[in-house]
Amino acid sequence: MMTVKVMIPTPLRAYAGKQDHVDVAAETVGQALNSLILQHGELRRHLYQDDGRLRSFVNVYVNDDDIRYLQKEATPVKNGDTVSIVPSIAGGAGA
Amino acid sequence: MSMRLRLTAEVREAIREHGARGYPNEVCGALLGSEASDGEFREVTALVPLENRREDSARNRFSLTADDVRRAERAAAEKKLELVGWYHTHPDHPARPSEFDREHAWPWYSYIILGVAEREPGEMTSWRLADDRSGYAAESIEVA
Repeated sequence: MMTVKVMIPTPLRAYAGKQDHVDVAAETVGQALNSLILQHGELRRHLYQDDGRLRSFVNVYVNDDDIRYLQKEATPVKNGDTVSIVPSIAGGAGA
Repeated sequence: MSMRLRLTAEVREAIREHGARGYPNEVCGALLGSEASDGEFREVTALVPLENRREDSARNRFSLTADDVRRAERAAAEKKLELVGWYHTHPDHPARPSEFDREHAWPWYSYIILGVAEREPGEMTSWRLADDRSGYAAESIEVA
């Protein structure tokens, strides 16, 4: 297994022991995120929908690359990679 | 918790002016400032107005890309401030968070909503999402 650094965005640090990053062992981005939420279960609802898919506004990068343009959660990671979680911001008046 | 958000008069006016200028579309931007150690009091001292990326329904939706967010984070770091939240307008709608807002929010951020009625800026409110995503708590706004 590779050791990767998952950066925790400021709004979610309260659910990750106030840490700005968590080191996890993983071979893919999906495994890295799973390992993160196994350690810090309260993060799950802010990253994933009830059906287990990443929330639409949650973007994940390996180093500087958006995983949507790689192999999504199956994107492989290597030792020393940094996984970042960046929200896109959306809203509106509704109807 | 009783959460308070202090805006400088310039920041408040800049949000109102941006909302009026963008009407009838929604406008949005980032709030930069600092937070007291208790986490309940924040001061917003600068803004990063951003472009609403929604072209299809910009009158009742706004969106910012992850690149916009990273740019706002860099702007905050350069000013030695934190990115503490976001503002957006509700043209011809009340300054209350919608269900759509709730689905797309994270806790911790302050979300300012400005109602704009017929180009006239109106009520300004601020909200924080609950830890369990069930709803929002209002955050009182003070103007320094």
